[in-house]
Amino acid sequence: MSDSNEAMRAAGPGEAPRAGNASDALRAEKIVKRFGAVTALDGVSLSLRQGEILGILGDNGAGKSTLIKILTGYQPPSSGQLFVDGREVALHSVDHARSLGIECVYQDLALANSLSVYHNMFLNREIVYRGPFHLLNHRAMRQQAAAFLDGMGVDIPSVDLPVERLSGGQRQAIAVARAVHCNARILLLDEPLAAMGAREAGLIIDLLLRLKRDGKLSIAMIMHNYAQTLDIADRIVLMQHGRVTCEKDAAATSVQELTEIVRREYGQHNLSREGGRGQDAQRRG
Amino acid sequence: MGRRTLDAFLRWQEASILVVALLLIAWFENANHDFLLSSASLENLSQFVAPAAIIACGEIMLMIGGEIDLSAGMVFALAPFVTYFAADAGVPVVLAVLLGVAAAGCVGLVNGVVTLLLRVPSFVTTLGTLFLVNGFTLTISHGTPVPPPGSEAFAQVMGAWGYSEILWALLVVIVLHVLLRHTRWGLHTIAAGANEVGAREAGIHVTRLKIGNFVLAAVLAGFTGCLEAFRIGSIDPQAGGNQIMFLAVAAGVIGGTPLAGGSGTVIGGLIGALVLGVLNDGFTLIGINAFLFNIILGGAILAAMLFNIHITRLARAGGRA
Repeated sequence: MSDSNEAMRAAGPGEAPRAGNASDALRAEKIVKRFGAVTALDGVSLSLRQGEILGILGDNGAGKSTLIKILTGYQPPSSGQLFVDGREVALHSVDHARSLGIECVYQDLALANSLSVYHNMFLNREIVYRGPFHLLNHRAMRQQAAAFLDGMGVDIPSVDLPVERLSGGQRQAIAVARAVHCNARILLLDEPLAAMGAREAGLIIDLLLRLKRDGKLSIAMIMHNYAQTLDIADRIVLMQHGRVTCEKDAAATSVQELTEIVRREYGQHNLSREGGRGQDAQRRG
Repeated sequence: MGRRTLDAFLRWQEASILVVALLLIAWFENANHDFLLSSASLENLSQFVAPAAIIACGEIMLMIGGEIDLSAGMVFALAPFVTYFAADAGVPVVLAVLLGVAAAGCVGLVNGVVTLLLRVPSFVTTLGTLFLVNGFTLTISHGTPVPPPGSEAFAQVMGAWGYSEILWALLVVIVLHVLLRHTRWGLHTIAAGANEVGAREAGIHVTRLKIGNFVLAAVLAGFTGCLEAFRIGSIDPQAGGNQIMFLAVAAGVIGGTPLAGGSGTVIGGLIGALVLGVLNDGFTLIGINAFLFNIILGGAILAAMLFNIHITRLARAGGRA
């Protein structure tokens, strides 16, 4: 672990960008995203290193979802730069991001509930028989899906079951497995543990830690729960009102410290907002 | 053990409706031995089932995507007139039939484009084309029936021979079943019906897929119209209509395809059409008031839907680990 990250860094828009680092799988620099008058992201810089798990924390409206949408190529940023493996890229579509090995598992999971596990695993990448009709090779897909899930340590009763008959944790595991199966190198997860019980969450946490141990994946995940995040992640970044307000090694911080930062930042933010409103009122008056 | 057997049975979508069909057949057969064993009534039954089953195939593909085609019955009447006018203008009769079916496909294309690209709910789009196509057919035909073109042999193949229409229906059902269960098109249709956003995120061209299914549904409706014209020996502007469209939708629903989308079965649609046919012919043969048919039909649709929603949910709840 490098020393530079032990210290808390305020990565405000005015700060100089970090020197280019070849070991960064994904790096965002001074990303700004405006929707009309609203600034959702106000100069976000962060990096995802090779083989690490990065936890992105923050409250609703902090800009986490907007950031994910930019990293997956779903939306372009208003300004700022993105680097994949140290090379600058302008993602122009989800497919483009995917071709670079960036896969995202959304909160809605994007699974077709009435279809079987193996059909979902192979959705839009089906194995077909050669011949004029391209008939589906159900057997090959079933076998490969079972073997792949087995290799990932995902335990489900049968790949023939429609996913609607699986639990929330199992469905999340299938969605992650599908992304990994797409040859993902950078995996973005949008609240992977949302609305899950302790046992279910444990299932996904184990899966993520196993994926990390294999070392082929760099994982960035949006999270709500500080304690869970510190358990899983190597590093965390804290986002508040469109900025990264804290970036730390998970081992070097605690739930108390993060809570303290959030409280302090919000105090300041609200103060400055109050001031702004006062000025507006004066101007209007 | 018993639980698992029951579970497997409930999971086989077509099982319950097949049992209902067999029970009905046994009951009517017992009440009147001419029901199945006389070739005249069997032919009659097959001619009732065939058109409903073919149109149901198209409707089911749409219903899986949460869409519906209300104009199918009117497209049914339009296609044979296009065939008639084409043959009248000197086009060979086989090609004329294809032109009729192609005209039907054009109506389907309009249905699909208006629904998908202009974002009008399919219920409204096809309600519009229902009246449009009906008016158009009545106008070009001056409201009078005409005889179908072509040779006697061609007419026999196309439906005039007693069992040719049911053979066509079985062929269509088999092809559509393979399309639904064994091709990417079918799999993507189900995926788009179950989770449209998710399907788009996975890179599936949902719009193209659904427009294609509108064309398919209209083509099947138009083809059925041609078959019926050759069977009856007359092209009638009043043929088909909303009655045949609703029978087809009912066959789909009774067979186990909910309108909500995300799942469906073509084989179920065929069995659903069979149930409707058995009820219709059975009551006639037994001599029970034919008006009862609509009451039973209504009850059957409601029962099928309730069964679909609640029994399936029970099975799911039981199967959850």
